[in-house]
Amino acid sequence: MKPRTLFQKVWDDHVVVQEPDRPAVLYIDLQLIHEVTSPQAFTGLRERGLKVRRPDKTVATMDHSTPTLPKSLWVIDDQSKAQLDQLETNCKEFGVELFALGDSRNGIVHVIGPERGFTQPGKTIVCGDSHTSTHGAFGALAFGIGTSEVEHVLATQCLLQRKAKTLEVRLDGQLMPGVTAKDIILALCAEIGTGGGTGYVIEFTGSAIRNLDMEGRMTVCNMSIEAGARAGMIAPDETTFEYLKGRDRVPQGADWDAAVERWSQLRTDEGATFDKTVVIDANQLEPMITYGTNPGMGMQIGESMPTADSFENASQRAAFEKAMGYMGLRPGQPLLGQKIDVVFIGSCTNSRIGDLRMAAGVFSGRKVAEGVRTLVVPGSHDIKKQAEAEGLDEIFKDAGAEWREPGCSMCIAMNGDNLEPGQYAVSTSNRNFEGRQGKGGRTFLASPLTAAASAITGKVTDPRSLLLS
Amino acid sequence: MAKFTTLTSHAVPLPAENVDTDQIIPARFLKVTDKHGLGDSLFCDWRYLKDGSDNPEFVLNEAASQGARILIAGNNFGSGSSREHAPWALVGWGFRAIISTGFADIFRSNSLKNGLLPVEVNAEVYKALMEAVQRDRSTKITIELPTQSVTGVDGLEATFPIDAFSKHCLLEGVDQLGYLLSFDEQITSYEQQRT
Repeated sequence: MKPRTLFQKVWDDHVVVQEPDRPAVLYIDLQLIHEVTSPQAFTGLRERGLKVRRPDKTVATMDHSTPTLPKSLWVIDDQSKAQLDQLETNCKEFGVELFALGDSRNGIVHVIGPERGFTQPGKTIVCGDSHTSTHGAFGALAFGIGTSEVEHVLATQCLLQRKAKTLEVRLDGQLMPGVTAKDIILALCAEIGTGGGTGYVIEFTGSAIRNLDMEGRMTVCNMSIEAGARAGMIAPDETTFEYLKGRDRVPQGADWDAAVERWSQLRTDEGATFDKTVVIDANQLEPMITYGTNPGMGMQIGESMPTADSFENASQRAAFEKAMGYMGLRPGQPLLGQKIDVVFIGSCTNSRIGDLRMAAGVFSGRKVAEGVRTLVVPGSHDIKKQAEAEGLDEIFKDAGAEWREPGCSMCIAMNGDNLEPGQYAVSTSNRNFEGRQGKGGRTFLASPLTAAASAITGKVTDPRSLLLS
Repeated sequence: MAKFTTLTSHAVPLPAENVDTDQIIPARFLKVTDKHGLGDSLFCDWRYLKDGSDNPEFVLNEAASQGARILIAGNNFGSGSSREHAPWALVGWGFRAIISTGFADIFRSNSLKNGLLPVEVNAEVYKALMEAVQRDRSTKITIELPTQSVTGVDGLEATFPIDAFSKHCLLEGVDQLGYLLSFDEQITSYEQQRT
């Protein structure tokens, strides 16, 4: 048999029908649902008199517009409440399992999928959410879809898909202290731009990827979409199996052993070729930060921002100048020392226990700078519980940060957690688009270490200056 | 789905690159439970001033933009989130086609399911069309799906790519879910083999 890439193997395994000149009918093993992108899909089913074909392969959660204040202070606006109520009604009517607000298993969709063991190597996984790429960290083929496609999968458990091209992103070497998975993916976005991966599925390879724990791998795959690639994948290995073993929804006993045997085949064969390869030297990576209004506008934290004349063409220059205007920053200046108003530690990119431990390591024994609002929002109730068992919540609170309930929170600013116009934030989330974290808000994307260090000083700060002191 | 064959219209020029879905429709408008009425929120944060009145400097508010069915925009249009609310808002405003040098994958897929045609042209054609439209806002552009061609001023004619199935669906107004449902037997047999 011809050598195949990891992507090709998972793809081949799920093609139900492939007619000439038609997209493949691709089988989907798991659909994750949330309140924002699903209501119109269920309405579509009702209008056609259709059922959910496989409720057993469908799981729902509430995360985007859920409040992160303690339960006693819950305030949800009418529209959000209607949307949450709608999800509850839809799940009940169509027999879909729902981890509703208040359920101890509730959390951000891309956090609880892996956490509960729904996410498994070799699966095809979709969700009406672009950060579905997260689940590729387990060797699944996982990508975001629109609401029409959510309806397609609810009705048929299949999608019409054309095969993507493959892009290998290889990272060999060892990350320096203070450099994290977030810096890897921000470096890739800066290198290839937000459209660089369009049309591709990325497979991340190399020793620096192998050495990441599952949480780091999820951070990397999560932001594949920010480089334009719908999916990012990492071949499963012992680290993957170790993470999954014993979780709620993974096979148990003899079935587990058989699954591991099967999953171990999920790697790119020797001699298989990618359509394109990008090589990044992990030894050379530094903590990264974005300065502009898309995740590709990033640089090493110690660098100066570019100037307009460093861009090749007029429209790139215009985009850069527009970004600088929105951000209120001067081209050619360093970002280190830039005063900030808010720090957000959370989101499906960086809200897992490893992320919180990293941040807590910086906060421990220190205080958040006066006037800086710092939100720490765990990705799920499980993570919240774990963090509290380890005393991380006390570290955050002692430092002067707010310790919140799980949810997407200030990453998408739908739930009342948002920046005010003109405010600067260092955020561990995934998008620095205009207005993303609140109308007029200005976002610097960075790792949990950088975010925590910046909270302490009140300025954009290289975390190594605190870690090594 | 609405059919698409040929479209002739003046166009709205939006030369910005990397227009992301958060600009097309900010997240605070995603709290709806139906698809309709999003046209008023299209490009909301660029389109309206703080007091809610129209921003006279934003192109969509210019008299010359009214009634346009074509948007011509910079590279990598629709990057970011998977929200189908983006094409819903564009279609809600009245657009039926977008001309750019590149589209984000999910946005392209979502647009094709809503009768909104992504017309991808090379940088040269883009520049010529953009300049023509900016010079004279009444410039008409014609997009013919059967021949996959776009024609503008000065005899400019170019072709654009589209996969055969998406083209067929737009020309015939094919309901993709209906098409998928026709594979019920094969899906069932696939499921039986796997368990």
